[in-house]
Amino acid sequence: MAKPPKFDVPELGDYTVTPPVMPDAMSHSQPFVAKATHQEAIGFPGELIDNWQEVAIEKLGELTGKYRGLQVYLDSCVKCGACTDKCHYFLGTGDPKNMPVARQDLLRKVYRRYYTVAGKYFPKLVGAEDLTKDVLDDWYKYYHQCSQCRRCSVYCPYGIDTAEVSMAAREIMDSVGLGQKYCNEIIGKVHKIGNNLGLPEAALADTLEGLEEDVLEDDGVPVKFPLDVKGADVLLVTPSADFFAEPHIDGLIGYAKVFHQAGLSWTVSSHASEAANFGLFIGNYDNMRKVALRIREAALELGVKRIVFGECGHAWRVGYSFLNTLAGPFDFLDSNYPVPQHIVEVTHDLIQQGRIKLDAEANDDKRVTFHDSCNVARASRMGSKAGGQFVLPREIIKASCNHFYEMPANTVEEATFCCGGGGGLLTDDLVELRVKGAMPRMQALKEVHDQHNITHMAAICAICKSQFSKVLPYYGFEMDQIISVHQLVGDALIMDTEH
Amino acid sequence: MGTVISVVLYLTLGVFVVGTLRRMMRYASTPAPLKIPTTPAPTTRTGVVFRLGREVVFFESLFKASKWTWLFGWLFHAGLFFVLLAHLRYFTEPVWWWVAILAPFSPYFGFMMLIGLAGLLARRFLVDRVRYISAPSDYLMLVFLMAIAGSGLLMRFELHADIVQVKQFALGLLAFEFAGLSFNPVLILHLLLVAVLMFIFPFSKLLHAPGLFFSPSRNQVDNPRERRHIARWAKSLESHSSGKSSGNSRG
Ligand code: SF4
Ligand code: SF4
Repeated sequence: MAKPPKFDVPELGDYTVTPPVMPDAMSHSQPFVAKATHQEAIGFPGELIDNWQEVAIEKLGELTGKYRGLQVYLDSCVKCGACTDKCHYFLGTGDPKNMPVARQDLLRKVYRRYYTVAGKYFPKLVGAEDLTKDVLDDWYKYYHQCSQCRRCSVYCPYGIDTAEVSMAAREIMDSVGLGQKYCNEIIGKVHKIGNNLGLPEAALADTLEGLEEDVLEDDGVPVKFPLDVKGADVLLVTPSADFFAEPHIDGLIGYAKVFHQAGLSWTVSSHASEAANFGLFIGNYDNMRKVALRIREAALELGVKRIVFGECGHAWRVGYSFLNTLAGPFDFLDSNYPVPQHIVEVTHDLIQQGRIKLDAEANDDKRVTFHDSCNVARASRMGSKAGGQFVLPREIIKASCNHFYEMPANTVEEATFCCGGGGGLLTDDLVELRVKGAMPRMQALKEVHDQHNITHMAAICAICKSQFSKVLPYYGFEMDQIISVHQLVGDALIMDTEH
Repeated sequence: MGTVISVVLYLTLGVFVVGTLRRMMRYASTPAPLKIPTTPAPTTRTGVVFRLGREVVFFESLFKASKWTWLFGWLFHAGLFFVLLAHLRYFTEPVWWWVAILAPFSPYFGFMMLIGLAGLLARRFLVDRVRYISAPSDYLMLVFLMAIAGSGLLMRFELHADIVQVKQFALGLLAFEFAGLSFNPVLILHLLLVAVLMFIFPFSKLLHAPGLFFSPSRNQVDNPRERRHIARWAKSLESHSSGKSSGNSRG
């Protein structure tokens, strides 16, 4: 099944072992550099500028003045080492620069050199360093070996979030003309066409129509997949992978069935046909805001009452935590519902109110576990109580299938391991990193699989789903063992045919 | 002697207070434009107070991360906290009652500090990951603190300082009177090390102490949907780019 790897796939043992430090184990890993066209389309210099060093240092100073988090994090680390064994990329590769604190230090040593008294006068003593080409190269490599999953920030006594440091570093690199192709090309597409895949409106309309036919054929129910319907109640903003890729599509079918069965009028917008917001990954407020504003514009244009996000981890972070900031206020929407809502919240509410019914036996052929996506787990919430992001999806899964089992406790909920492909790393030029970074999650999956014969792992994130489809075969699983939570819902949902 | 030490202590205390306050003012005045609490996070202000309280008193996150680091780190900090309180006996006359109760136990607190520091230092040498991230200053800081605790304990058990004189000196400091201090090398070392520590505080990783309270991942309330959170610089983006964004809009 797996194509022959050019690197050693980590072996899964009985439990995760912290590897010894292996300097430079991943120093060959770096993503393709953005071309001038990608860079310029989103407001950055086309290639590495001549005075990059000066500009980068200045940008660093600007960012510490704009983001309190960055400023406090750069000052506060005591090198206690609590975070050193918490990153899936370190656990999977052993490269010490993948330890969260060491990753931060790549930027911190430059900050110290130019912005602190100690680093100016005693650089050796406090580990401060000049910004050289070597340092810049290290930035490019290792800030693209961080999926911004925030696992390290859970364990740091000061909450130091390496994701924030990575974002700042990427922003600095972009501002001197050293961008990452994958992210920047995609952001350009969103600005221009409306989604990450560059799927134009006509193709989207076709796809949705095709889905209507499929569902009618399979279930005999005329479930609609509306596009740009003015006056619909709900605007669904979902990752574009939901429109065409497996296993994502089955999730989209699940949402559509839920809306249909509950009698909710909804629509997708061609203007905002993408929930993903890669502006987050490159730490650039302007791009993130511009991408987020499409959603506001679409909501206004279509005159909807509610905004609902589909299954996508980082999109939910931007949706839940930032949308109100970036594109609010949303006082023109129905104030009876939070803005935005997650599809899981919607489905959960409908189950609670008895407006939809599920027959868990429909999924009796499956034995399911659940992967908490990092951005949902550690950077957002669902429902009204802290930790609802763990409870709601599990309750939905349990309502949809009879055989649900948890992975080991130190790999779920706030301790969840990233799939290995988040934060703008879901690209083929980083396959080795992705496979190795998935090791801790694969280890946990193996453990629950050995005990309970798991057939499927459900997730609520497009990146997780794509990443697992790719890496599962490397570890001896099948690529279709990863499914959408709403696939389970869709299959278990009891539909009235006369609707 | 006493005068020199007094001047050094005043100056370094000044650097400590002014430097740390300036740093805190910088943290306070730097905006946090986005809601980034590490979730699950409290949904109310009171909840945040408790979250920070648990971090300060119990080192909650560190406990989740590494039991050994937590044990040594907590022993050291708790020891330091009580030792500092016990030192109030030099600065209060009559000695406050609860300080008087604490004072006899201060050697135990001193040993707590030493054990904690020794454990942390051993980790720095022995764990390859921690060794990798340690700069010379990280080792020095521990050695330094051990020297402070060690010199304090030494005076308690061996080379006793003249307690009555030390107290007069301390009260003198408070009253801005320069009291004499006879030459006791351990005492002088103890005081000078403390002076150096105060001096480097605002320029070093000791800033983690105020830093925790300003850390957005720990001090923010999780309520972004209920309340619009917006920084001033981000707000200004809205007014002057409104033309641009309406250009995007197809409505
Ligand atoms: S944010 Fe995640 S990927 Fe990045 S350093 Fe921390 S644990 Fe590793
Ligand atoms: S846990 Fe926090 S303070 Fe400790 S080394 Fe890591 S980033 Fe630094």
